[in-house]
Amino acid sequence: MSADTRLRIGFIPLADATALLIAVDKGFTAAEGLEVEVVREVSWSNVRDKLNIGLFDAAHLIAPVAIASTLGLGHVKVPIVAPFGLGVNGNAVTVSPALYASIAAAADGNSIVDPLVSARALARVVANRKARGEEPLTFGMTFPFSTHNYHLRFWMAAGGVDPDEDVRLVVLPPPYMVESLANRHVDAFCVGAPWNSVAVDLGIGFILHFVSEILPRAAEKVLGVRASWAQEHPDTLRRLVRAHGRAAAFVEDHANLDEVTTLLAVPNRIGAAAEVIRRTLDGRMKVAPDGTVRVSDRYLLIGRKGAGRPDRVQAAWLYAQMVRWGQSPLSTELLTAAKAVFRPDLYDAALPGEQAHHAGEPADGIGAFAGPAFDPGDIAAHLVAWKIRRE
Amino acid sequence: MAWRLKTALWRMDHSLKIVIVDKNPVRAAILEDGLREAGHVHVVRIDETSHLLARIYAVDPDVILIDLENPSRDVLEQMFQVSRAVKRPVAMFVDQSDSASIEAAVDAGVSAYIVGGMRKERVQNILDLCISRFNAFARLQDELERTRTALDERKAIDRAKGILMKAKNLTEQDAYALLRRTAMNENKKIADVAQSVITAAELFK
Repeated sequence: MSADTRLRIGFIPLADATALLIAVDKGFTAAEGLEVEVVREVSWSNVRDKLNIGLFDAAHLIAPVAIASTLGLGHVKVPIVAPFGLGVNGNAVTVSPALYASIAAAADGNSIVDPLVSARALARVVANRKARGEEPLTFGMTFPFSTHNYHLRFWMAAGGVDPDEDVRLVVLPPPYMVESLANRHVDAFCVGAPWNSVAVDLGIGFILHFVSEILPRAAEKVLGVRASWAQEHPDTLRRLVRAHGRAAAFVEDHANLDEVTTLLAVPNRIGAAAEVIRRTLDGRMKVAPDGTVRVSDRYLLIGRKGAGRPDRVQAAWLYAQMVRWGQSPLSTELLTAAKAVFRPDLYDAALPGEQAHHAGEPADGIGAFAGPAFDPGDIAAHLVAWKIRRE
Repeated sequence: MAWRLKTALWRMDHSLKIVIVDKNPVRAAILEDGLREAGHVHVVRIDETSHLLARIYAVDPDVILIDLENPSRDVLEQMFQVSRAVKRPVAMFVDQSDSASIEAAVDAGVSAYIVGGMRKERVQNILDLCISRFNAFARLQDELERTRTALDERKAIDRAKGILMKAKNLTEQDAYALLRRTAMNENKKIADVAQSVITAAELFK
């Protein structure tokens, strides 16, 4: 075994690390002649830095971190490429029982399962609090360059809530989310599995929305490698991507779910109860402490519906959010660089035959609940469609 | 003149406000001692992670040091964003001119953030000190771990000797010799053989 086939890969214990963890623990990487050590990390900053300086060969990354690192936003500029999508969707918005009751009361009898209804109700709750001189609501998310940050902002802004002026958005490490909701440091949060379910099980939170209700197709995590590493190790990368493709297919076969969740549940992997992880993979989520279940066949897509193949429309959408919220200037060069992070060509080289578009998937690739269809060629139009924006 | 300038610079460096975010109180204390020995008087330790940003803003530090095992490192990243806060920190060595130093820091398990437009030379010695103290702490922990293991092994051997003495009616010396001979024959550590004896004895109980 040469150094070329011995890899260290960093991950954060979340359900969307499944394809990576199963690729290693079920032997798909070994079958490709790779010897992979997966390293559990505690923060996205650590994952990013260790990937950047070469302590990791690859990493489970939130998609916007891969783009921000490539563009040099907020930190060191290190070009990253993403040859495999570890997950599409998978996040949820969880709110405290008190906020849930306020939003439901402000919805005037309309179903708050509809994100536009809930966002407008939130705007009324915010206005009432302001009128009474109360503290603004606080929302937890995981990282400045995170899907969670953009999903929360996209949703509330569509209802007329300015995420920078009307509420507080704070970064919280996922393991602290539930505790912070319980001791009322935050009123709500957006995070991946298993944390939303943990809050519901403890009776301290209601899952208000699956992110798939806000954006039916939203790239979440990617397998990221340094662009230079990808160039120097094309064969190793091809094998790694192939192992991920096989693992994703294995995970999506329902017959394997018991085995998959048992492998994921161990302490040095995701370290949560197998049953809780299973809810996420099944898309059968307990959304309220009384046991109400909401079902979605697109809660978290790991391999099906083309989720593994990086889609540049998604990269463009994420870049558009960075511009919308003042994290990046708008330029054609930056947009091109952001899109180039997602590498469907590297995916196709390892796993030929995947369709670019699956029947029944959103026509514009995103399917957002509000606003015009997304055009990756015209970010400016996407931005002017929104009254609330920072750029 | 040069001497005066040097003194002024020295004073400036030592008036730096430094925040240490570390949940390990022993390591934080070791680091704080080191910084004080080096003449830094404004050192504040934060071991609670709730309301971390508010606490940091209240101190208004020039340098923030945080251990990498701390999930709250991501919270600090929020300070990088365009925000209403007056000062914005930057990660140390953002220009990557000194990758060896970054690697040494990550290896030691510490990360540093500099607030405001301070030049990195001014805090290089702080980071170096941090790295060496973090490494010293890791060595200390290793040593402790080794001592603990040695003690556990000693205890296992004593118990195994007792079991053999009773079961085979041996003297203490012969019981030890038997353990050692078996270990040599099986190419194992005496402590491992002793552990097997204890396990076997438990099974036969």
